Amino acid sequence: MDIKELYQEIVLDHGKNPRNKNKCEGFNKEAKGHNPLCGDKVQVFLKLNNDKKVEDISFEGEGCAISIASASIMTETIKGKEFNVAKKILEHFINMLKEGSKLSINSLSQDENTTMMSLSGVKQFPMRVKCATLAWHTFIHAAEGKEETVKTEK
Amino acid sequence: MDIKSIKSQFPIFKNKFNGKPLIYLDNANSSQKPKNVIDRISKFYSKEFSNIGRSVHTLAVTATNRFEESRDLMKKYINAKSREEIIFTKNATEAINLVASTYGDKFINRGDEILITELEHHANYVPWHFLRQKKGAIIKFAKCNDRGEVDIDEIKKLINNKTKIIAITHLSNVTGVIMPIKKIVDLASEKKIPVLVDGCQGAPHLKLDMQELGCDFYAISCHKMYGPTGVGVLYAKKKWLDVLPPYQGGGGMIEEVKKESITFPGSPTKYEAGTLQTAEVVGFSESLKFIEDVGIKNIMQHEKEILEYGLEEIKKNNSVRIIGDPKHRGSIISFTIKGIHPHDIATILDEDGVAIRAGHHCCQILHEKMGISASARASLGIYNSKDDIDALSSAIKKCNKVFNT
Repeated sequence: MDIKELYQEIVLDHGKNPRNKNKCEGFNKEAKGHNPLCGDKVQVFLKLNNDKKVEDISFEGEGCAISIASASIMTETIKGKEFNVAKKILEHFINMLKEGSKLSINSLSQDENTTMMSLSGVKQFPMRVKCATLAWHTFIHAAEGKEETVKTEK
Repeated sequence: MDIKSIKSQFPIFKNKFNGKPLIYLDNANSSQKPKNVIDRISKFYSKEFSNIGRSVHTLAVTATNRFEESRDLMKKYINAKSREEIIFTKNATEAINLVASTYGDKFINRGDEILITELEHHANYVPWHFLRQKKGAIIKFAKCNDRGEVDIDEIKKLINNKTKIIAITHLSNVTGVIMPIKKIVDLASEKKIPVLVDGCQGAPHLKLDMQELGCDFYAISCHKMYGPTGVGVLYAKKKWLDVLPPYQGGGGMIEEVKKESITFPGSPTKYEAGTLQTAEVVGFSESLKFIEDVGIKNIMQHEKEILEYGLEEIKKNNSVRIIGDPKHRGSIISFTIKGIHPHDIATILDEDGVAIRAGHHCCQILHEKMGISASARASLGIYNSKDDIDALSSAIKKCNKVFNT
């Protein structure tokens, strides 16, 4: 277990200077996520067009460096992708967090893969997987038009 | 006092975590257990176990006696008037629920007021919320000031003819403030309002004397007193136990059962339905013996010394904000570090073997009041030393380093 693997440069950068942390213009879908155990909260704003392509995505919320970084990285990665592709990316992402599998997603550029990989350290900290996935699950809820808040504890 | 020798009675400290010795600063959450407590449970199951209070065979008599000895010890420890005033519950949460439910059923009606404070743990708010929903009662919150205290005048202001109970913490699990319970009881008794004290943090760290405090109910969490999990105690004045209805129904708590009607015995039997956590209650007697051997005054003195040292050391770090600055503080230092979320703090500290808690500590209302969603909390026990504080301080510096703050 090495703390530097968890808090890699890219993660710290996104945690401190999150991208797309606002309400994006013209969003037509939104959802809330909440981790009641630690109080992390996230709200995802999504502009999904008729072809189910993510035209724009942003978030607001508060939480630990991991949850904010993950939300920020998500918005950068998902923007411009088809919803189905985004869902596949999330599957790979969760596999990386839980199983430690290497990330090499065809639909992503080398840089995007590298950025996503910066969160791979979470694997060694199982308690923090929820932090890293909260925004992603909230995005799925928004896209699928589910109204209830995403909760990490059920 | 020889803290090293006291600490050596706790087997957990013989282990390493993440390759490091354990610096355990999460005692407000739960304390570690001395060997005598662990061994007592094992011995009870190996040599003395039977269900209690029912059968007449030798084992049943022995087990019952051991269980009841624990009640006697508790009675003596908190200076209750009689053993009937000690009710074993599964935890302090259940103790508070028991009062909210039974007292609420009998004495609280629509429009009546329950007076609590903004300091309260969810366990001393949610049960009253249920009552609010069920009976249409009103919950009033006495305000907490910037120092993390509830001024007695704030409580005084809210007491009126509709106030039916005051429920208040003895020692806040976030700001560490020790509340002036006796003064609050004096205030309440002018209007004959009963006072329930959430003693989860009070019982392990303060000298308890129910006659001196004068409160009507006192809820205790035994696992925070170096005891087993699954054991709580409700102290209640006998005058209440005589008039309040039973809580849960089941075996062991009845007098006579007929198709038409059921009668119930007195306390504590009336409130202890079903098979209890027998071995844990027996084990708990060793926790009380441990505390008495060390001496609660010595515990208080030692923890005060470590607390003062801790506050002093942590304040040296300019990036740290300590939550609250109460005049009377016990065993707890909650803090935030500028630019670092408490969960990240807890993870980084954990790498150095420093176990603290991060989150809202079941006090969302208080955190909101303080303008934060979460905090990090170091909380002390008898085995903590100045070395532990030094380890905490240097682990905090490591947070600054990792996050470049």
